[in-house]
Amino acid sequence: MNCPECDAVLKIPNDAVEGEIISCSDCGSEFEISKNDEGHIEVKRAENVGEDWGE
Amino acid sequence: MSDVCIVFDRIRKEEKLLKSEGIRMGHNIIMKDVKNIQIDPNSVNQYYFGNVAIGRCISYLRGLHFTACLEFLHMPIINKYDVMNVCGNKLLTTLFLKKYNISTPKTYFAFSHDSAISNIEKIGYPLVIKPIIGSWGRGIALLKDKDSAEAILEIREINNGPFDRLYYFQEFIKRPPRDIRVIMVGERILAAMYRKSSDNFKTNIACGALPIVCDITKDIEEICMKISMSMKNSILGIDIMEDEKDGLVVHEINSTVEFSGLMQVTKTNIPREIIQFALDFARK
Repeated sequence: MNCPECDAVLKIPNDAVEGEIISCSDCGSEFEISKNDEGHIEVKRAENVGEDWGE
Repeated sequence: MSDVCIVFDRIRKEEKLLKSEGIRMGHNIIMKDVKNIQIDPNSVNQYYFGNVAIGRCISYLRGLHFTACLEFLHMPIINKYDVMNVCGNKLLTTLFLKKYNISTPKTYFAFSHDSAISNIEKIGYPLVIKPIIGSWGRGIALLKDKDSAEAILEIREINNGPFDRLYYFQEFIKRPPRDIRVIMVGERILAAMYRKSSDNFKTNIACGALPIVCDITKDIEEICMKISMSMKNSILGIDIMEDEKDGLVVHEINSTVEFSGLMQVTKTNIPREIIQFALDFARK
């Protein structure tokens, strides 16, 4: 599974559980682990964008 | 070879491009994640941020305060605190533009909910409300009538953040469905693009707008030069609208400019120019 931010390979620990936050080791982006309808692990972007983020 | 430090809190395409280009130029690129840095103002000699630091924090307030620390430590960093302070705050940007007689949309401020309602009724619709701090078009809304105005202001009341009771209203500019983004280093324009909106009045690339080549006209050059002369030695992203009535009007100046969209439509090597400009700035 690749990081949507920088395309690095995301390392998801074997014991990771749904709802756990993981970070991309390359860019530091944070993702929340979730499961899709088939029960497969996937990641979604964590809600961490700040009000003051941007240019 | 020089040491160029890129201070960041999240790696975007831009930070990667700056790093790779800096290495190609033969410099030593130091990547510093601000989230991991501790500053002790009593020990000023323990820090090193290269011959020059380029401020690239995605969080405006984090970057602003970190820049203040580096300036205290006499470390050269670009952009400077004073420039960031103005550019990151739309209210201060408007005051800056007015002070230097640079064309900008008519803008109004209020400092409480009731005063904001009263102000809107006085000015009339349509109006655009913008958060004074923030980017990527977030929180910007078109107020078409009293109902939409009250709804948006009510959300501000509920959110109750420190900036929610600072109200910034701007006239709705009649223009083509695009704006112009110009990137400058010092008094030199690097490149410009149109940002053509897809299906709403916002023209941010983050909102889906498309980058299109834009020729730099004399009018664009003139208005940008006025800004760069007043914000000396800065790396800026200037946003301009083409008002059907008043011609070019500046509505935003960005101090941590995102340039990957512009890179799609220009041959200018923007990261190379930024690094070279930063090094020249540090040597002054």
